Amino acid sequence: MAILVIAEHDHATLKASTLNTVAAALELGGDVHVLVAGHDCTAVAAASARLSGVKKVLLAQAPHHEAQLAENLAALVVPLAPGYTHILAPATSVGKSTLPRIAALLDVAQISEIVGIESSDTFVRPTYAGNVLVTIRSIDPVKVITVRTTAFDAADTSGAAEIHEIPAGSDAGLSKLIKRELSKSERPELGAAKVVVSGGRGLGSSENYHRLLDPLADQLGAALGASRAAVDAGYAPNDYQVGQTGKIVAPQLYVAVGVSGAIQHLAGMKDSKIIVAINKDPEAPIFQVADYGLVADLFDAVPALTEALRSNT
Amino acid sequence: MKILVPVKRVVDPGIKVRVRSDGSGVDLDNVKMSINPFDEIAVEEAVRLKEAGVASEVVAVSCGDRLCQETLRAALALGADRAVLAEVDGDPQPLAVAKLLKAVVDKESASLVICGKQAIDDDAGQVGQMLAALLGWPQATFASKVAIADGSARVTREVDGGVETVEIRLPALITTDLRLNEPRYATLPNIMKAKKKPLEVVTSDDLGVDVSPRLTVLKVAEPAQRKAGIRVADVAQLLDRLKNEAKVI
Repeated sequence: MAILVIAEHDHATLKASTLNTVAAALELGGDVHVLVAGHDCTAVAAASARLSGVKKVLLAQAPHHEAQLAENLAALVVPLAPGYTHILAPATSVGKSTLPRIAALLDVAQISEIVGIESSDTFVRPTYAGNVLVTIRSIDPVKVITVRTTAFDAADTSGAAEIHEIPAGSDAGLSKLIKRELSKSERPELGAAKVVVSGGRGLGSSENYHRLLDPLADQLGAALGASRAAVDAGYAPNDYQVGQTGKIVAPQLYVAVGVSGAIQHLAGMKDSKIIVAINKDPEAPIFQVADYGLVADLFDAVPALTEALRSNT
Repeated sequence: MKILVPVKRVVDPGIKVRVRSDGSGVDLDNVKMSINPFDEIAVEEAVRLKEAGVASEVVAVSCGDRLCQETLRAALALGADRAVLAEVDGDPQPLAVAKLLKAVVDKESASLVICGKQAIDDDAGQVGQMLAALLGWPQATFASKVAIADGSARVTREVDGGVETVEIRLPALITTDLRLNEPRYATLPNIMKAKKKPLEVVTSDDLGVDVSPRLTVLKVAEPAQRKAGIRVADVAQLLDRLKNEAKVI
């Protein structure tokens, strides 16, 4: 039994989500191989080779893998599939776009965002915004799976796998990346951060969002997140959205500021270890999942918390 | 240009579902059902393209039992021109849905498919990409902006680190994200008009599609509920708890 993990990376660095996905693959048992598809990405292959438990790294480099478009990535993976019982990728935008495509081309089901592994063919995944957990068994010869990375620990990095260059295939020419505008941030990645400070509609404006939350996030070394309402209102960019249809996070500490706590938002953060809610409405549903709730005006409480943290350290 | 829009009948997003006590599934008796919100956005986008003179016809398609006709009527009330129900028993799995849709796309010679990025019941997010693969078409998932010109679609996509723009040659498939548009409300006259619009019913046999499931559900359960913690009186107390009790800072 061999398992192929598709690495998530930006050509320079391996993303943390790959480490969790490799851990899930190791839980399945069998030889774990990592596919690094990209352009000028030998550093990523080297980082993948250091993941404990990985037997082999497959490196496919070509200009047409630079944009990491689903059409080309699927075309690369499908011919490799006969050698594997499982194909795994983290449930990132690349993974979610590509794995259904791979599955359809292989005429097999795809299993989305697993949070548990019962055996090599039986998996647990959330449905209905995380309110229902379903255990499913697949009868397909190859299981094509996206992994909810917050449900698995990260693999450690004491390995030394071999790296094999493989043919990168040709450009399918179906789609073209025109431009990419990524939010520039010195903060940790939202999906992998240990602390997340998240803002909701209670903040009232983009200006307030940043004026209040940036210093708090700086003090905590936190990533910034937002509720859908805050993103829709333009307080924060789309990639900050935490929830059923946004990012799923499970940090050590989640601080929800002015977030009411719609079920769609809870779906994205209720597996956090400690949840703090600051909201002036004592009836806000967020308090039902919060370990520590502070009923207060966030415009007073947040600067006070930031200041207290500053003088504490 | 003909646009095909798949729509799914799902539990209304405002409802918190319950698992049946015997663990056999989700209790859907007397639960309000709606058109999947992302599919509603897809219908809206297609109708806007027609209103802009880019598309000639918008066809809504649903795969499922006969109750999906209600969902198709909702799409027609939003402005789709006609509807096709690929009638199958029960709840077909994403791969089967993609195969049914492919057969309908082929039959209709549609050159653009716009579908929701995920259904809010199974949260799988697969059908669009699977359909694009089966058709051999390019795809642009998680769209927040669509512009069609010269036989191509320029699509802004919401991705992990921000946004990106891709260009795909038609025929192509697009999946909608939340912020692509704000669907209109169906007006009463349009709801009445929708009742008279054509709705064709075909079966999986008619379409020559094998819809047998690949995944078997073994168990359905509710996750462990998180318990509400305590209320703290002020910032100082909060800080103390975080430091000395939770030990997270």
